[in-house]
Amino acid sequence: MDAPGPAVPAGAPRRAAALVATNLGKTFGGARALDGVDFTVGFGEVHGLLGTNGSGKSTLIKILAGYHVPDPGGTLRLFGDAVPLPLPAAEAKRQGLAFVHQHLGLVPSLSVLENLRIGDFAAERRWRIDWRKEARAAEETFARFNLAIDPRAEVARLSQVERALLAIVRAFEDVRRTQTERGGGLLVLDEPTPFLPKAGVDTLFALVRGIVAAGASVVFVSHDIDEVREITSRATILRDGRLAGTVDTATTPRQELVDLIIGRKVRAYQVAKPAADTGAPAPPAVRIEGLAGGGVAHLDLAIGPGEIVGLAGLIGSGFSDVPYLVAGAGGATAGRVTLKGRTLPLAGADPRRALAAGVALLPADRLGAAGVGSLSITDNITLPVLPGFRRFLGLDRGAMARSAAALGTAHEVRPNRPALPLEALSGGNQQKVLLAKWLQTAPALLALDEPTQGVDVGARQQIFAALDAASKAGTAILLASTDAEQLAQVAHRVLVFAKGRVVETLAGADVTKDRIVEACYRSAQPAEEAA
Amino acid sequence: MTAVETASPPPAADGSGFSIKAFAERFGLLGAWAGVIVLFGAINPDAYLTWINFSTMFSSQAILVVLTLGLLIPLTAGDFDLSVASTMVLSAMMVAVLNALNGWPLVHTLVVVVLTGALIGVVNGVFVLYFRIHSLIVTLGTGTFINGVVLWISGSQTIGGVSMDLVNWVIVYRIGGISLSFYYALILCAALWYFMEFTSPGRRLLFVGRGRDVARLSGIAVDHVRLLSFVAAGVTSSFAGILYAGMTGSADPLSGLTYLLPAFAAAFLGATSIVPGRFNPWGSFVAVYFLVSGITGLTILGVDTFVQNLFYGGGLVIAVALSQLVRKRQPQSFS
Repeated sequence: MDAPGPAVPAGAPRRAAALVATNLGKTFGGARALDGVDFTVGFGEVHGLLGTNGSGKSTLIKILAGYHVPDPGGTLRLFGDAVPLPLPAAEAKRQGLAFVHQHLGLVPSLSVLENLRIGDFAAERRWRIDWRKEARAAEETFARFNLAIDPRAEVARLSQVERALLAIVRAFEDVRRTQTERGGGLLVLDEPTPFLPKAGVDTLFALVRGIVAAGASVVFVSHDIDEVREITSRATILRDGRLAGTVDTATTPRQELVDLIIGRKVRAYQVAKPAADTGAPAPPAVRIEGLAGGGVAHLDLAIGPGEIVGLAGLIGSGFSDVPYLVAGAGGATAGRVTLKGRTLPLAGADPRRALAAGVALLPADRLGAAGVGSLSITDNITLPVLPGFRRFLGLDRGAMARSAAALGTAHEVRPNRPALPLEALSGGNQQKVLLAKWLQTAPALLALDEPTQGVDVGARQQIFAALDAASKAGTAILLASTDAEQLAQVAHRVLVFAKGRVVETLAGADVTKDRIVEACYRSAQPAEEAA
Repeated sequence: MTAVETASPPPAADGSGFSIKAFAERFGLLGAWAGVIVLFGAINPDAYLTWINFSTMFSSQAILVVLTLGLLIPLTAGDFDLSVASTMVLSAMMVAVLNALNGWPLVHTLVVVVLTGALIGVVNGVFVLYFRIHSLIVTLGTGTFINGVVLWISGSQTIGGVSMDLVNWVIVYRIGGISLSFYYALILCAALWYFMEFTSPGRRLLFVGRGRDVARLSGIAVDHVRLLSFVAAGVTSSFAGILYAGMTGSADPLSGLTYLLPAFAAAFLGATSIVPGRFNPWGSFVAVYFLVSGITGLTILGVDTFVQNLFYGGGLVIAVALSQLVRKRQPQSFS
């Protein structure tokens, strides 16, 4: 992005802006979730949309997607034409708007081609589908964007990156077919990258540049400031439902973006790291020996009392399986963990025995594996400590609610209303609840997988502070993450994995974002060359 | 959900304050029940608004309450059990065959019958859990198998002559004009409600139904809970069968099978009230008597018996549809 401002495809005349929204507002029962926001996306531009959870970012997207009815007073123009608000979903599509959400909307058990054409099948009435012709057309499309995806492959067999690419290509193709006069329409990519490894993000960005060159305009929604700086030419920042600013990303320093997003000067949370060589190390609190299973070939690890050990590596290197393996949650084939003087064999262990031994797990899948969205915060948070609420006349529901409220206060859950269903909270607040659920049991070892995925900057710092406090209280922590920056912030020591083994250990002053990223890629290099 | 994160969301949105909508949803079914009584009472007060009519209704439909309660347990754990009505009929028939035909003492008979119900639960559970077959398929199969066993041991005949002790303790002895059967159902309902709301095994049952992975990773022995829920359904269905035999002093091999849909209707209808969105005993209790009051009213008006099917089938779909309107048609997740 060396040229600031909208990149207009060569030779095309300057066109009306892809999207001009003025004075968009949305009130939920008296609370302004979005307040008089203006938002403009130039033709052929990649425009970033930044903001924390609760900033109004998703409300804005949902208004554009026809999911929310905006408050009266707002206007919307797409490619120069005024369109009425509220904008029904079907009309949005007709006007050239397409959305790729984090949950990509692909059917895993169907083929790439079927997924790619699902929009056509929905809209057309065709009695003879020429699959060979469709496959050729799909191959040509993929080839045009330099993608090596087999149209006949089952989507379940694609990598996470390939699925994201497929979803974007599909959205682009859908609008382009109906909207030739509007270039490639306007694609809204809603957090497409958090589940992708860095290499995948690069591929995805190449695709985004490709579809922009082919005439599309793009809104890129993300938590990741560096990604926004890399791919967008301008960015709009929302804060507390209001417009915090629209900036040229190429000329805006990173810190200025952070300040715009957060609205107050915060320093990133940084735990005090013990120096790498502090004499004789304390005897380990947790000892993992000969662990194997899943993507892990072999792991020996001793964790000191209150030590936070980060696990890093590229996707597929096995690091993300470790938390599940030590918690007995996912098919360990060998190994044992020793803690509190007891040894738990991990082959064939189940979470119940691991928990009894003092190992707690916070999985990455927040509402699928960590908590039940349709049940209340109280129900979720008290699940591991129910025996503590047993009274002569059964469970003391009042005490359960009070305990949930107290934990909510301690962990700054907002809003702190234990009767709310878990799914009503934002991602960051859900995570605070689920972290509190396990921290109250004072586990000897807490294993976490991607604890801050999809969590905004503010909540992230609170989660780190909670982990730091737990570690100071003596809990050993294993934290797997693809986010090198957060590992650098919170981990005392980082193990970098490749091919299921630890290939590098960073400690002390070496635990920095750059060193972690570098180690991940250095370790992955030979593997890729060999392949 | 960005809305609730902002400073002061409306009190009604989270259930901590009073909300007319939430109230209407919770007690709508109770209101509908009252409405049905008022309606038929107004049309035909002499026949409908009599103590004898209501005491009969309360007594005779206790079987359906018990059967529904049995069904609730696996439903809460996220499993269907289509074999409950068959288990009930088998149990009634075993009472008749063992006690009336073979002259077994009543107590021995009842013990064997209840154990058989437990065994059916174990068989259902083993097929579902060990072979990982969907419960719908397993229990459809075992239910049909049991129906065959019933026809076999009864020679397709109605068998009478069950011990008067059982009949007395089910239907003859009365408190306040209502047979003991009703009180058995009431006690079971209260016990199940207490179990589900105020015990940790009850919480575990709920989590197993709502999030298998969450439950497993929180250290709950998911398969164990599911197996026990099938066993509980089998035992409770057997108890319903014992009441069924006691109600008439006899057992016939077919008529009890028609209880399957009403039991499901009452369970799902009950899940729309009292504790909306959850299978819950009191909701089911109200649902049973709502359905029965309507059917009785229509029967007294002289409508044909086919009205039962209209009412049970239609009642289920319409009532759940209404509650969905109140919920603005958000998808409901019962399991």
